[in-house]
Amino acid sequence: MSDSSVSAGIDQHARQVRKFRLQDRLFHHSTQLFAFVVLATLVGILVSLTIEAWPSLKEFGPSFLWTNVWSVPDDEYGALAAIYGTVVTSVLALLIAVPISFGIALFLTENCPVWLRRPLGTAIELLAGIPSIVYGIWGLFIFAPLFADYIQPPLQALLGDVPVIGGWFSGPPIGVGILTASIVLAMMVIPFIASVMRDVFETVPHVLKESAYGMGCTTWEVMRNIVLPYTRVGVIGGIMLGLGRALGETMAVTFVIGNANRINNSLFAPGTSIASTLANEFGEADPGLHIASLFALGLVLFIITFVVLAISRWLISRSMGSEGL
Amino acid sequence: MRTLNKLAQGAVATALGLAFSVSALAADITGAGATFPYAIYTKWAEAYQKATGNKVNYQAIGSSGGVKQIRAKTVDFGGSDAPVKEADLDATGLVQVPTVMGGVTLVMNVPGIESGKLKLDGSTAADIFRGAITKWNDPAIARLNPGVTLPNLAITVSHRSDGSGTTYAFTHYLAKQSIAFKREVGAGNTGNWPRNAVGGKGNAGVATNVQKIRGSIGYVDIADALSNNMNFIALKNRAGNYIVPTQQSVADAASGADFNVKGMAPDLLDQLHKNAWPITSATYMLAYEKGSDAAKQKGVVDFFTWSLNNGQKMAADLGFVALPPNIAKMVEAEMKKIK
Repeated sequence: MSDSSVSAGIDQHARQVRKFRLQDRLFHHSTQLFAFVVLATLVGILVSLTIEAWPSLKEFGPSFLWTNVWSVPDDEYGALAAIYGTVVTSVLALLIAVPISFGIALFLTENCPVWLRRPLGTAIELLAGIPSIVYGIWGLFIFAPLFADYIQPPLQALLGDVPVIGGWFSGPPIGVGILTASIVLAMMVIPFIASVMRDVFETVPHVLKESAYGMGCTTWEVMRNIVLPYTRVGVIGGIMLGLGRALGETMAVTFVIGNANRINNSLFAPGTSIASTLANEFGEADPGLHIASLFALGLVLFIITFVVLAISRWLISRSMGSEGL
Repeated sequence: MRTLNKLAQGAVATALGLAFSVSALAADITGAGATFPYAIYTKWAEAYQKATGNKVNYQAIGSSGGVKQIRAKTVDFGGSDAPVKEADLDATGLVQVPTVMGGVTLVMNVPGIESGKLKLDGSTAADIFRGAITKWNDPAIARLNPGVTLPNLAITVSHRSDGSGTTYAFTHYLAKQSIAFKREVGAGNTGNWPRNAVGGKGNAGVATNVQKIRGSIGYVDIADALSNNMNFIALKNRAGNYIVPTQQSVADAASGADFNVKGMAPDLLDQLHKNAWPITSATYMLAYEKGSDAAKQKGVVDFFTWSLNNGQKMAADLGFVALPPNIAKMVEAEMKKIK
């Protein structure tokens, strides 16, 4: 073999490597670009929301957040009633949905006969796929009248005289309101939380569970001491996913929350949420402070969602840290 | 604000441009605005296309959106339930004409009381809708309804949660009847409703709330009240008669008003005619007096002229009230300005 042919071989090899390197770099940069598009969109939305909301932010200042007035005729706006409705319905929805979802996931992974697992699992996934407006229509036409006739009066009879709690269930039983919205929201987030919980429960190694059962643990003890600690991160993630959906849910809530821009002590009373206020008022909003205040509400919802996400990240990283992972 | 609007307008313009380049007919026109006349405009457009081959596309984006879009010239005509003020018409060079009318009706769900059997006058209705009267057996209601057994039932006020022309007409009527209502609830596309109020989205939302909630009272336009078979309340008009809303009583209200004013938007509320339904309103069409595209301008005039002459029955079938013939003639004359 002559020198020249060797160097030609090396040259060819080097060219090949350079080509690969170029391809790698191209690939790297294009995927990086895609990722940055997401970031740019996020920043873009935040900036444009702030610009549009600016007249309102300038007029009302931070007191926008804790002013309980939303009056289009007087052109005075405050977000408190909408923030209250958003937070209360979402938290109540989670209080209802988390235990039920936990039960569903527990049953599906531990107690369910094998032949029933697939149909039940599919049913849950189907529920997750129903468009929210269908939940809204169902809530308004079917659930709210039943709720007004068969659930609200007994609840009032049972709890109406209890101090403090009684106030939550006072007022005429009209079917629509904060509590109805919370229950419909709970139904909408159950499939999300339950399917995430089921998936993470299934990741628990059988060895761990079997050894616990072998030591004589009951199903509940296995759940409490083996499965939950092992899957804590995933469970928190699933709950936060549900919370995120509940906070931003628009159409279903608009149908059943009663759309009153005020804070009422009673859970039977109509209220409003940020998303439902936007859905209601954007179409015919007056230019000027009204539109700007609606954008400011959007900004508030954006920030609330961001804070929820940050808290869930922190919870996850904390529990990971405590396990030394 | 401005940047986003520009973006939106750009997007709309591009979309329209695409639509127009596909369908080559020059006389195809586009309008946008109030949701209230959407049903009749699309019905007219369908019949008009069959008759003439020209397309009319109307998008229900809301009254204020309609005014915005025609000002930005992204559409050929705008629709609005709230008339644009004379001064603004002068300043912008817009022509405004009424196209079709409607009535806002009071509906109720009170066990034991049939449709049309409950009577209210304007000031009592205002007191109910501002939350000052909270029971159906309140003396103020009983005084107007001798011989009717009123239940001891809480009143739930049902109103529109979205801003709407229906609310605009209704609150303006009640504000005329009661200073307290004007001060507390206000007159506009939305109001500051009392504690016992529930908001529903759209006429359909209010209709459903009234039908589902015992003891509720609400307001919906006449078309929705008829199609949902709702229980009407008889309302006392200015002549002192209790009127159950019909298309005739809406037309009678218009017959007494003077349309010969700039913008053709006289106040139709609480008219003096003996059979006039008190809460009557019209919806308006806006177009530029001097437009940039003569063919489109002519298209707008042709469409509405055709509809005024051929569309009365279609309007009545859908629960709207056609303009009385003498007013329709005035509208046609006014539209000649659109060039």
